[in-house]
Amino acid sequence: MAGRKAKAEELQRGAAVAAILKRRGDALVVTGIGNAVHDVAASGDVAENFYLSGIMGGAAMVGMGLALARPDRRVLVITGDGEMLAGIGSLATIGVEKVPNLAIVVIDNRAYAATGMQATHTARGVDLAGIAKASGFNHAVAVSDAAGLRAVVDDAYEKPGPYFAVLRVKSEGSPRVRVPADGTFTARRFRRALLGDEMNP
Amino acid sequence: MAQAKAKAKPKSRAKAGAARHWTADIFDVLKRHNLKQVAYVPDTGQAPLIEACIRDNEIRAIPLTTEEEGIGVLAGAHLGGEEGALLLQSSGIGNCINMLGVPIECRMPLLMIVTMRGEWGEFNPWQLPMSQGTQAALEAVGVIVLRADSAERVGETVAAAAKMAFDAGRVVAVLIGQRVVGHKNWDR
Repeated sequence: MAGRKAKAEELQRGAAVAAILKRRGDALVVTGIGNAVHDVAASGDVAENFYLSGIMGGAAMVGMGLALARPDRRVLVITGDGEMLAGIGSLATIGVEKVPNLAIVVIDNRAYAATGMQATHTARGVDLAGIAKASGFNHAVAVSDAAGLRAVVDDAYEKPGPYFAVLRVKSEGSPRVRVPADGTFTARRFRRALLGDEMNP
Repeated sequence: MAQAKAKAKPKSRAKAGAARHWTADIFDVLKRHNLKQVAYVPDTGQAPLIEACIRDNEIRAIPLTTEEEGIGVLAGAHLGGEEGALLLQSSGIGNCINMLGVPIECRMPLLMIVTMRGEWGEFNPWQLPMSQGTQAALEAVGVIVLRADSAERVGETVAAAAKMAFDAGRVVAVLIGQRVVGHKNWDR
């Protein structure tokens, strides 16, 4: 196995996501499948979270469509390294569109936690922040310690996007947090909170 | 065919084509439903429609690296209060199948305009497996499929599909037959 050993300075995923979400204000949040759902819901299962709970590789694109529709709001996509790799072409699509209000935060544990911690490509040297940078993101960083996280907490909301950050976290799971499994409910709850009376189907 | 008739025909056809192309009928439907995001993978048959969307000031035309990205983009658009359409070839449907679980599970509207390859007189054998399975694959995951096999039927078929998508809140694909797109595009 080529997987790297966790280094002492690596971040704890739940605490890192909580630190980012503490500052969310009116930001809209989209999560990818897996532990990212639990990491985000641990800070509150609020209506303006959309959990893409069942399908790999779509979170960044859902975030982009939402960000284009609502240029007045910051959109934060929080997802895992495996999910981001499954939609890797979407980094090129976002880089082309230059969406200014979109930020993507990848929680990189270098493993498919949901299927038994098999190594992802980031465990074997693939550099997601490098791909984002080369695809035309305005900012792309990878951080693995508290100082790096502090910068991400500010920049994810303030830097002109598209913004991309990789959080190198310890290889550990997240505590389960129950969220609605029903996509129709989650989507309608989100639209009601964001659009109020304007919602139809 | 009589020589005189063959000579006369291209002229009148060119004239009619200049007046109205079937892609213009689709564009009218997109505008009537106030669509704001049109995601696409480049396609010869739909090129005039894609160009019209790029030119339109109220439509964001979004080029994709692969078709399933468009399913995600349009799900996000819907969450944000905008609607859109996905323009693709039948060969791209296979890429979309898993991601179609998003709008279907979330009861989101989605309109897909699909130009067919691999059916009427296809010369490229690699195109045949996906195209022959396109309608079955879409229906297998719960997409409503309508077809238009003549240029005159495209407008009304897309209009009907758009009502089912945006008024009834369903995932709908319109398959535009290879006869509509025409052989000349493929014989180069």
